[in-house]
Order: sequence, then structure tokens, then C-alpha cells
Amino acid sequence: MYEIRIHSRGGQGGVTAARLLAIAAFRDGKHATACPFYGAERRGAPVVSYVRIDDRPIRVYSQIRNPDLVVVLDPSVMEVVDVLHGLKPGGQVLINGSDAEKIQGYPAHAIDLTGIALRENLVVAGSPILNTPVLGALAKMGIISVDSARTAIREMFADERNVKAAEAAYTELVI
Amino acid sequence: MLTVATGNKAVAAAVKAVRPDVIAAYPITPQTEIVEQIAEYVTAGEMDSRYIPVESEHSAMAACVGASITGARTFTATSSHGLAYMHEMVNWAAGARLPIVMANVNRAMGPGWNVWAEHTDAFQERDTGWLQVYVSTVQEAYDTTLMAFRIAEHQDVILPVMVNLDGFLLSHSMQSLETVTLGDFVPPFHLPHAIDIANPAGYGTLTGPDQHFKFRWEIEQSMRKSVAVIRETEQDFAGRFGRNYGVAEEYRYEDADVVVIAMGTLGKEAEVAVDILRDEGVRAGSLRVRWFRPFPDLDLSGRELVVIDRDYSFGFGGVLAHSLVAKSRVEPYSVIAGLGGQEVTYDDIAGFVRDRKPGQESWFGVNGNV
Amino acid sequence: MTEIPKEEYILKCTSACAGCPSSLILRYVLKAAGPDTVLVVPACCTSVIQGIYPNTAMNVPVYNVAFAAAAACASGMSEAFSKAGKKTNVIVYAGDGGTVDIGIQALSGAFERETDFLYICYDNEAYGNTGMQRSGSTPIGARTTTTPGGKIHAKKDIDAIVAAHHPTYLATACAAYPQDLFKKVQKALSLPGSKFLHVLAPCPPGWRFSSEKTVAMGKLAVRSGIWILFEREYGKVTINGPSKAALVKPAPLEEYLAGQGRFKGIDQNAIDALKSQAAARALHLQREAEGIC
Repeated sequence: MYEIRIHSRGGQGGVTAARLLAIAAFRDGKHATACPFYGAERRGAPVVSYVRIDDRPIRVYSQIRNPDLVVVLDPSVMEVVDVLHGLKPGGQVLINGSDAEKIQGYPAHAIDLTGIALRENLVVAGSPILNTPVLGALAKMGIISVDSARTAIREMFADERNVKAAEAAYTELVI
Repeated sequence: MLTVATGNKAVAAAVKAVRPDVIAAYPITPQTEIVEQIAEYVTAGEMDSRYIPVESEHSAMAACVGASITGARTFTATSSHGLAYMHEMVNWAAGARLPIVMANVNRAMGPGWNVWAEHTDAFQERDTGWLQVYVSTVQEAYDTTLMAFRIAEHQDVILPVMVNLDGFLLSHSMQSLETVTLGDFVPPFHLPHAIDIANPAGYGTLTGPDQHFKFRWEIEQSMRKSVAVIRETEQDFAGRFGRNYGVAEEYRYEDADVVVIAMGTLGKEAEVAVDILRDEGVRAGSLRVRWFRPFPDLDLSGRELVVIDRDYSFGFGGVLAHSLVAKSRVEPYSVIAGLGGQEVTYDDIAGFVRDRKPGQESWFGVNGNV
Repeated sequence: MTEIPKEEYILKCTSACAGCPSSLILRYVLKAAGPDTVLVVPACCTSVIQGIYPNTAMNVPVYNVAFAAAAACASGMSEAFSKAGKKTNVIVYAGDGGTVDIGIQALSGAFERETDFLYICYDNEAYGNTGMQRSGSTPIGARTTTTPGGKIHAKKDIDAIVAAHHPTYLATACAAYPQDLFKKVQKALSLPGSKFLHVLAPCPPGWRFSSEKTVAMGKLAVRSGIWILFEREYGKVTINGPSKAALVKPAPLEEYLAGQGRFKGIDQNAIDALKSQAAARALHLQREAEGIC
């Protein structure tokens, strides 16, 4: 079982990113669950969501304690949350922005998802949309296929700019 | 069709497939997504139902009662405080023999405000005459909601059914979902005592001590008959759609010396604990109780039991554990865990089994029981 | 004179008290509504009046429902009939407790949703079924079992509350004026949306007057101006015949009060309060009727 923990702030789309990732994994023929952990937090508070991907049906509902991958959609949460907590030895990190060096002890991939969203004009209520571009980056890392990333995004969003943003992230992420 | 959905959306999809005439509902976390989705279906014209956006849960059930007595198929959804607020009408629905189907997204009761999973909300309604079923996956939420309508409306039953799913853990978890082409699995139903203008009758008039018990006895008779209806419905569902659940779902149960018994998502998580214990050489199994009313008749003799209650009856004990004590004459290790969404992992459950103390009760997280 | 049908929908086996205004009102309500009608009745005197299972004195279907639930239950029923293409009248018949107090949330919700139904409140100004405890509709100065010294709070203005929901039709009536009541029920049922009828029900045991005086007491209520017969159709107010005359030259309120045991020993302050409330209501309605406010 491959376990992913996504860190974001309320309203940034971390929950939707988890759901999109689960759909994409499912379209790859895997079993997947997306379990957002809902706190009482409102917009702007640090939040986490979980995705599990496996070849067998998933029977676990508890929070992920030892993820294989940590995704940081908003690097500012690192000031208040230890995003590496419990990360498995050999686990990796995907971080929005350019500061991969902020991550110590694990391989970290940085990509400017915010920049991509702004370039594609993917802005809702003043906030850049990160949950669709991040799928492109995750596809580049081999977590899901590019085709399934596209399919998942199209299942949830009619606006094709979301797919373009994901494709841009796929192209730009250097592995 | 294969798709992906949350537990809430799966319930909404099942309701859409069954096409109730009237839906009356009031939003409450973590159920809201169900009624939002249904409102969207109705607004988009995908569902030919009347959606009544009532001003309270008491009114939600009252509106379902008013619609149902005309012979209409009805649905509502609620959670926790909403369920408590409609308690009077929950009694009314069953007493009036109305086959209303309700999804209850299990959530703790306040104070303080807690929006996370606990079964106490639904257990507080267990004596109302409703059938109660608890599900553990998105697929099961969908399948069981479909079955709930058929069971409720069966002429041997004609009682309301409450489908329970754990708040957030299942209501907001996204998993794969195979929707079905319903065909005639849920046939049009006939309410034998529906309002008939040509034959006016008084409903719920004053009923004296010489009559009241007869109505209660009829409810109990139907409750007993519902056991066969549930079995027959599940068999037909399995025949048509290939999925079978049973009144209680067994896992590595046959040769198990020690069995973990739980409900809802904890019942699934327990299966992972069973695998861990088996790897350690412990002959463990699990049993996930689905139907709580009517309560299953389980032969648990000769096994050690660890019962997990995500609920509590103050001054008494875990409701599931003591229901099993009473009905199956067993002496389980009773663990109270997961209240108000308290995190309980498969490792924790394996720990309950390793540390089991038959006949005793432990509260997870209290007095070092972590 | 309006021709009132001879058909009876309340049979001669009710458990009503002698002189009961509730069954008198309901008799004319059902004559006006006709057989394609379902009554929704929350806990109130009518729960008892219809008789004890397996008998019923009602010749239309009656759905008895929990105290606070009548308007919501009627919402569901109205939608279900409409979905089935039926034009059956859904009429809530509720007391003042079930309307102005415990049932007001469901009432407000149903009217806000423009539920197609007629809500009738028969108002005997106390919880009659439980033996005359105060309700929000009990007038100031009236003694009930829970206001043994006389009520110190004013009667809740349910008409203004319902009017604030802008229903299609709102009217008052009185058990003593069956022709007026009959016409108002017919008019209400001819209109779409939510309709409200508030009917004064002088209650012999509750108000403590002898049971042959129900009609006389109702007439006195109207003639004294403490109860005003009016209609508000699509917002337009009309003061009806008997009240028009009464508002020009009202009978003394003291005569109305003196005939009822519940006002025995009422002090002058309470009488003055009743008078000033009645005068203010009359003035407001007259202005509305003249289109001034």
C-alpha cells in the first residue's frame, strides 16, 4: 500500500487534490481511498488529507502515520507543522515552490504550482488553484499515469485549463 | 457503471436510483453533502422528486411522515443532533408504519460540539421501531441504501429503515463505487393504510390501554419477519449484482479462537488487525455487525470475544457489547474506543486483542489504555 | 345568505364538551372544504373530540400528528398529493398552543416555503386539552391554571407574525359567525399557496361561562372590538361586516369580560391594557384597509 499525506491550508484545495489523486489511481486500475481529515478549521488553517493506493481493496480508515510521500501545497504550513513527521525511511516529498532545500533528510521535488496556476489564469476568489496542477507533478513522479491524471481532472472540472496546468506541471517537474 | 464517490455521494446516488416522490431534509455536518447532492439532482431535472427544504429536522421527518401516509416514497438524511431533534417524529414514523428511509451519518452528541464519528446518536433511537443497519464502505453505503427501500416497503415489514455511516471516516472518504442498473429490484410499493379519500379513516387517534399494546406487538412481529426479508433481499441483490454482506460480515472467522466484533468502519479496520494477529500466530477473526435492529442472532460459543463500542450507555456499558451479552450469552472483553472520532488504528485494535481481559471493560485512552 | 351544504363531515358521536366552539368551527370548515379534504391535527382538543380508536367522528381522513409537527407534516402531504396529480385540500386544524407556541417554527417554515395548504388556528386562548394552562395566545388579565393571578403578558399577535410571511390569504373568523367563516374557508381554498385562518373559539369550560353562551360570547367579542373580523388577500386588508359596525361604536369591553369567570377580579390596569391593545389593532387595521399603511 502506498500512502500519501497532503498538507495545505483550508480553502487551497488539498481535499480536492486528494480526491483527484484517488480517482486517477482508480482509473489506473488500482484501489484507492481519499480520506480528508476534517478538523474544525476554517479557511486558512493548516489541513491534511490522505490518499491510499493499493492493488487490493483498502480497509483502513485511520489517519496515515507513516506516509510514503508527503505533498506540501502550501510551504508556509511548514512553519507550524512538521510535515516530515512519520515519513518512512526512503519516503519522498513534493513541495510547491522552489525551496526543495528546506526539506532535510529526504529526496524533495520542488515545482512552482502557484506560478503555473497564475500563468493558466486558474484563480478562484483570488486564490490560485493548486489541486489540478499538482496531479501533473504526481504523474511525473510515477504515482499515477498522465492519462489518468487528465481523466480524473476532466471528471471533476469542465474547464480545460485545469488539464493544461497539470500538463505544464508534468513538463516542468525535473525528476 | 464504475465510478468514484464519497460515502455521502454514494447514498445520494442510490436515492436517485430509487426515485422517491418526496425528500425533505435539513443540512447538518457531516451529512450535508447527501442533501446538497440530492437538491442538485432535483434542480438539474435528473430526479423527478419533490425536495422540501424544511426548517428543522423535526420538520424533515414530519414532512416525510405527511408525504408517506399518502403512499409516497420518501427519504431524508440527518446526523447526531439532527437525529436527536427529530426523535419525536422518528418514533412517529415507525409507530405510524411508514416505510421511510433515512441515512444517518453517525456523529457524536454535544456538548462540546464534536462533528466526528460515534454511534451513540443512532443507538439512542434503537427502541423506536426503526430497522438499523451500519455500513463500512462507499460501495456498501450505496448497496445498502438500495436494499433499505425494498426492505422497508416489503409488505411483511412496512417499517422505516435507518442506514448508518460513520461521519467523515466514511461520509467524506472517497472510494470506488459500482453503480447498478436497478431494474425491478425496488418495485413500486403499496402502502396498505395510505390515505384514501373515498374511505376516510382516522390516523393516530386516541388509543386506549386496551388497544395500544396490539400496535406495538404488530411492530415487533414485523421486526421479527424482517429478518427473513433482509436475508431474501440480500440474496436477490447478490444474485443480480454480485455483492453479498449478510446481517454480520465475517472475516477469517471460521477457525478463529478470538474474534473482534465492531460496527461501521472500525469493523473494516479490524480485518487488518486480524491479518496482523494471524501473522503473529494468533487465530484471530472478525465479525462486523451490520444489522443492529433487528439484532442478529449470533452463535458465538466457544470463542473469545473483543467487542469494540464506538458508543456508551452511561451507568451501563458499551451498547454492542451488552447487546451481545444479553442475546448471545457471552462474556466479551468490552473496549470503548473511537468516541467523538477518537483515532483508532488497526495496530490499536490488534493491541486490544493481545491485552484482552474477558468480562472486563476498558476505555481506550483512559488510565493508560492507549 | 350563502347556501351552506347539508352534508355533515362531523358525525354525531364526538367527545366534545357541551357548547364546544372547536367542533362548531370544524363543522363549517368541512362543509366549505367538501369531501376531497385531509385534516392534519396536532395535539389539541380535536385530538380527543374525534373519538377513541377504533371509532372516529370524522367523515374525512384525519391525520393526527405530534404537537409541533402539523405544518411540516402538511408540507409533505401537500407535496405528495401534488406530485401524484391530486388536488386534495390539505387543512391543518390546530389550537392556539400548537400554532403560536410549540408549532410556530414549522408554521413559519411552511409559510416561507409557500406550501399549498390552509392552516386554521382555532384559538381558545389557552391549552384547553390539558386543562387550561396559559398559552402565548392568552390575553392579559386572564386567569388560567398556570396564571392563577391573571396573565401579566399580552396576547401574541400571531396574525402579524403570519402576515410577515406574506401569505396569499390571511383572515380572522369567529365561531359565532358561521356564514363569514364558511365563505372565508371557501375563498382560502380557491387560492394557491399558503393560507391562514385564525378563528376565535370561546370555550365554555376554559373561559368559565355556561355552555349555551358560546355564540353569544363570540358575538360579544366581535361587538366589543377585542376580536376583529378581517381578511388580508394578497396583502390587501378588508374589515368584514360585523366588525365594521363594532369599530365605529364598540360595545363596552367590560360586558365581554364580566361574562367570563377567567377575568374575575381582573384589575383596572389589565382592562386598560386590553382596551389599548384592541384600539391599537383596530386603528392599524383600519389604516391598512384604507391603504394608509
